[in-house]
Amino acid sequence: MELVLAIAIGVLTASGVYLILRPRTFQVIIGLSLISYAVNLFIFSMGRLRIDAAPVITHGNTDPSAYTDPVPQALVLTAIVIGFAMTALFLVVMLAARGFTGTDHVDGRD
Amino acid sequence: MPVSLLLIVIVAAPFLTALVAASFPSNARNAEAWLSGTLSLALLAIALSLYPQVVDGGVVRSEIEWLPSLGLNLVFRIDGFAWLFCVLITGIGFLVVLYTRYYMSPKDPVPRFFAFLLAFMGAMLGLVTSGNIIQLAIFWELTSLISFLLIGYWYHRGDARDGARMALIVTATGGLALFAGLLVIGHIVGSYDLDVVLASGDTIRNHPLYTVALILVLLGAMTKSAQFPFQFWLPHAMAAPTPVSAYLHSATMVKAGVFLLVRFWPVMSGTDGWFWIVTFSGLITLVIGAYAALFQRDLKGLLAYSTISHLGLITTLLGMGTQLALVAAIFHIANHAAFKASLFMAAGIIDHETGTRDIRRLSGLYRLMPFTATLAVIASAAMAGVPLLNGFLSKEMFFTETAEFDPNMFVNLALPIGATIAGMFSVAYSLRFVHGVFFGPPPDKLDKVPHEPPALMRRPIEFLVFICLAIGIIPGITIGPYLATAVAGVLDGDIPYYSLSIWHGFNLPLVMSIVALVGGALLYVALYRYLNGDRDGTPLLHRFRGQRIFEMVLVTVTGRWARALNGIFGTRRLQPQLLIIVALAVAVGVLPLWGRVDPLVAPPTPFDPVFAFIWLVGGACALAAAYQAKFHRFAAMILLGGAGLVTCMTFVWFSAPDLALTQLVVEIATTVLILLGLRWLPQRLPNVTMDQKVRDRFRRYRDMVIAGVAGLGLAVTAYLVMTRPAIDGISSYFVENAYSQGGGTNIVNVMLVDFRAFDTFGEIAVLGVVALIVFSLLRRFRPASESVGKPQQQVVQNAFDTDTPERNPGDTIAAYLLVPSQIMQWLFPVIIVVAVYLFMRGHDLPGGGFVGGLTMSIAFILQYMAGGTRWVEDRLRILPVIWIGSGLAIALLTGLGSWLFGYPFLTTYFQYADIPWIGRVPLATALLFDLGVFLLVVGSTVLILIALAHQSVRAPRASRAARRSAEAETGGAN
Repeated sequence: MELVLAIAIGVLTASGVYLILRPRTFQVIIGLSLISYAVNLFIFSMGRLRIDAAPVITHGNTDPSAYTDPVPQALVLTAIVIGFAMTALFLVVMLAARGFTGTDHVDGRD
Repeated sequence: MPVSLLLIVIVAAPFLTALVAASFPSNARNAEAWLSGTLSLALLAIALSLYPQVVDGGVVRSEIEWLPSLGLNLVFRIDGFAWLFCVLITGIGFLVVLYTRYYMSPKDPVPRFFAFLLAFMGAMLGLVTSGNIIQLAIFWELTSLISFLLIGYWYHRGDARDGARMALIVTATGGLALFAGLLVIGHIVGSYDLDVVLASGDTIRNHPLYTVALILVLLGAMTKSAQFPFQFWLPHAMAAPTPVSAYLHSATMVKAGVFLLVRFWPVMSGTDGWFWIVTFSGLITLVIGAYAALFQRDLKGLLAYSTISHLGLITTLLGMGTQLALVAAIFHIANHAAFKASLFMAAGIIDHETGTRDIRRLSGLYRLMPFTATLAVIASAAMAGVPLLNGFLSKEMFFTETAEFDPNMFVNLALPIGATIAGMFSVAYSLRFVHGVFFGPPPDKLDKVPHEPPALMRRPIEFLVFICLAIGIIPGITIGPYLATAVAGVLDGDIPYYSLSIWHGFNLPLVMSIVALVGGALLYVALYRYLNGDRDGTPLLHRFRGQRIFEMVLVTVTGRWARALNGIFGTRRLQPQLLIIVALAVAVGVLPLWGRVDPLVAPPTPFDPVFAFIWLVGGACALAAAYQAKFHRFAAMILLGGAGLVTCMTFVWFSAPDLALTQLVVEIATTVLILLGLRWLPQRLPNVTMDQKVRDRFRRYRDMVIAGVAGLGLAVTAYLVMTRPAIDGISSYFVENAYSQGGGTNIVNVMLVDFRAFDTFGEIAVLGVVALIVFSLLRRFRPASESVGKPQQQVVQNAFDTDTPERNPGDTIAAYLLVPSQIMQWLFPVIIVVAVYLFMRGHDLPGGGFVGGLTMSIAFILQYMAGGTRWVEDRLRILPVIWIGSGLAIALLTGLGSWLFGYPFLTTYFQYADIPWIGRVPLATALLFDLGVFLLVVGSTVLILIALAHQSVRAPRASRAARRSAEAETGGAN
């Protein structure tokens, strides 16, 4: 499973990095979103993979080994929301730049 | 009040009062003067009351914990020497405030001036009472900064801006050098506490890093005190209002440099390096300053160069390294402050009354303003070193020290000769000041008839001149004990024998004085015609202007070099920048791991084909999105969503229900967002010419390789970490304490709203800020012209509607969305219930403010999609900005609430409550905080999406307006 996830992270990263190096703003925005999936999964995976061990205390059992690591999850949760804000901001900047410059090239000129 | 507290008051009060002063109306000259004057007098009284504690080498200390983990405390300490400075700063500060009240014109915005002046007073007091050398460096830079603001007070004038900038660059750069020097000293001594440093003289002097520390500290001191070769900034600082010149650039701030030299005199002086650098920099400054002062036309220019010269005198004395020279230096610091401040004020009065400061246009003012003239004459005499005035005494001490025999022939001749020459020039420029302005024929080149200023404006000068006389005639009684106290403060209670009497018998120093007085008078007579001629600039020296060198350096460094560097490394193109960032990131990631990676081990969790299959789909989606993003944006967006959903499933798979929920709703919101944006992007069809194709193909392959390497690197890193056992970090703490301390069983949520609530608070603030930015960016949004019209599909549909008799335009779209929009409308309450449910259960089960908020905003957005912007807004009034504001306020107030009960910010309180019908419900203040998160997330998301959705309503209007204004412009051109 770790192998699958690692390859998944790699594929998401590669697609994202390829896209942010492209000249069109829309490509960059999709690329950034793909990279943020990869990074979120990467940070999440730092807590190691556990199945059926959600960090919700059940039956008053507070033994840390019974649950998966909650710290990366807390980090990633806010990262997802901030990622959304970033996408929104970038999208609007992209639209404004397109309106001002008349092109959707990342440099504002073809 | 305890003494240690008084010390803190003395530094803090000016800053706090500055805030008050800044809030007054702009013409409140009297109120400002009362406030500032009262404060200065109060601080002076505090300083005076501390005298019994500092006499005979006593020290008062007060410590506040600052960064105890680094061994750094805020230390305020006052000894005899710092006491002398405190009295100077507050006393002259009071006089300057009084003077300023009458100097400033009613048109000048005085709150800014007084606020800066008070802040400067605080910075200066902080500097002299710093008992920690890092703290000293901070206050040091603060004085440079406030000096900049004060010089540039009349910022509409070019000379004020240039002078302020030059002063800041020179003194603040020196301040950085000083900071580095103090860090070196701290490193040598092993402590930043001034008392420890002062007790480690031998350690410092014998350390191999001594020279480095010395040069760095001297750079700080010499830039601040305008010593050669950094003297050039001070004359340009004269563009400041005259009270500033009197206060900062003669009496106090420029003395900070010599203050520092005196402060470190016991631990750094006495070496060859100190002697040669300090003495001769001082001597050169002394002579050049006096020489240049004689040739100034501007009264303030003359005084500025004279100040440079007198600071040179003090520096020379400090360089010599004898205790008697130190006494003379401290004595002259006080004397110079008294006569030079009064002279600046007199110059300000002359400027004020006559409208000019040009000595050649002024003459015979004695008849018109006899009081001011008398005062200025006495103060000038003190500056020239005439007997029975304070300047004479310290100058005699200086001559005595230079005349001391030294085995080095050069030193033996250079010091007394240089001192006598400088003395001659200072007599000559003092004569010029007095004779040129007050005597001679009545002025005929003035625009207005001058007369005496208001009596209160003269009072500060009268007081200072009185001090000059009192010290000059009866030094033993007036200054003796205080000078002894100051010396004892520096020398740790050890006072050398010296005599303050006026008559020491007929000896070499007296001869030097007589030569200087007579020679200076002759020099003035000889140069009289030349000085009143039209020639500008100082003879011999005007070619070597520090200012020009400074500007050349400035232009070279910030202009030419910066441009050259920018030419090499800078680019306005995004792609190369991103390429470099990615390549650097990969390199930084690979380098430390290269050749040190352990062999890969088998994964600990068993392989599951289903999981592999979903990632086969997810990976394909990601790759396809990358492939389609250029020409098929809609497809790319759907594929992106596919990758997102697989990510979401991964979170579910590996025990992260909260992440999965959040990812899911964010996925929906992002899709809506991009859908709204797609409409404004240009249509792109695949057509490229041949030569571009080759170059582009190369770029694409290169980027594919880079992307592949980046992906591989991250995959390997992730795999390596995942296959190793976890390290026991801080996670177990959260698991063990989530319920007992946070009162919730959902650990992730408890972390967000309790343990790491401060982070969450910052993050929701960011979210709110982003929403507002999006909103304001879109308010001025102008879509590209080809995107303004209706989309192709709508045009076709509307055309069909128009052609078909029984249909109305818009029917087709409505029909398309009929079923979905009905469902969406019905779902509105359902989704809201789900959102509230997710929010409420968040503390114990997966859910929470973020998820709930996003779900709620989806409920709103679906209505926009179902009914259209106008339809929704006719029926529903959503005020997202209010949601954002109240969310942030609730989160903040919840956090502040814990202060009421004496707990740190954002401490949670929780309790279970039995509510009839519903049952046992956990009630934690964290829930209130989460409510803030919820509201803010709803507000932000809705604001962002609505702002985008509104564009299709606004765009036609905006484009009509744009067309109209364009027509108006062309019409105007014709």
